[in-house]
Amino acid sequence: MLHIVNKSPLEKSTLDSALRLAKSGALLLIEDAVYAATQGNAAEPKIREVMGRIEVYALMPDLQARGMADRLIDGVATVDYEGFVDLVVKHPNCQSWL
Amino acid sequence: MAAKKFMLVNRKAPYGTVYALESLEVVLITAAFEQDVSVVFVDDGVYQLKKGMQTKAIATKNFSPTYRALEDYDIDKLYVEAESMAARGLSADDLVAPVQVVDSATLAGLMEQQDVVLSF
Repeated sequence: MLHIVNKSPLEKSTLDSALRLAKSGALLLIEDAVYAATQGNAAEPKIREVMGRIEVYALMPDLQARGMADRLIDGVATVDYEGFVDLVVKHPNCQSWL
Repeated sequence: MAAKKFMLVNRKAPYGTVYALESLEVVLITAAFEQDVSVVFVDDGVYQLKKGMQTKAIATKNFSPTYRALEDYDIDKLYVEAESMAARGLSADDLVAPVQVVDSATLAGLMEQQDVVLSF
């Protein structure tokens, strides 16, 4: 399953909920959720912890817009909009954690 | 009429919502009325000042250079909360404009002195 999160981890509990209920598959961080994939953010340990069981992706255009593309956590993959579509197609279902 | 002390409190990241841009518009309006303006960045608001934004791919205007121009409008009281930066792995070197980094207690004191506090 593909889990899509778009809220900042330090403003909403959305990421926590997604990580608690995501069993396997992939996590795609978009919009303000991309901050969770950056070094030094308080959410960094949570992301590192799930990387063993879930593939973690961040949307590159949203990282670039926020000036955070150069401080991605090692092991987090980036995708562009086409890669976003590929992830949706590849997984049998997806959930947007709004 | 004597100038009032205005404080704008920014707590949202840029682009995910429209708050950051709206706040910036209000900052410029208050400057036009020659008020005593302080601009504060706490929580995710500190991300508004991050250097190196490239917004072309999300088809949105990068408004971060405007923070650098605030000095030209005599807005030179920019405060960033140290605790908020630390929780996000940021330092003053990561920011587009010169700011005063203050701790929570100092910021709380500044807030108490204001006539008007606008929250974004």
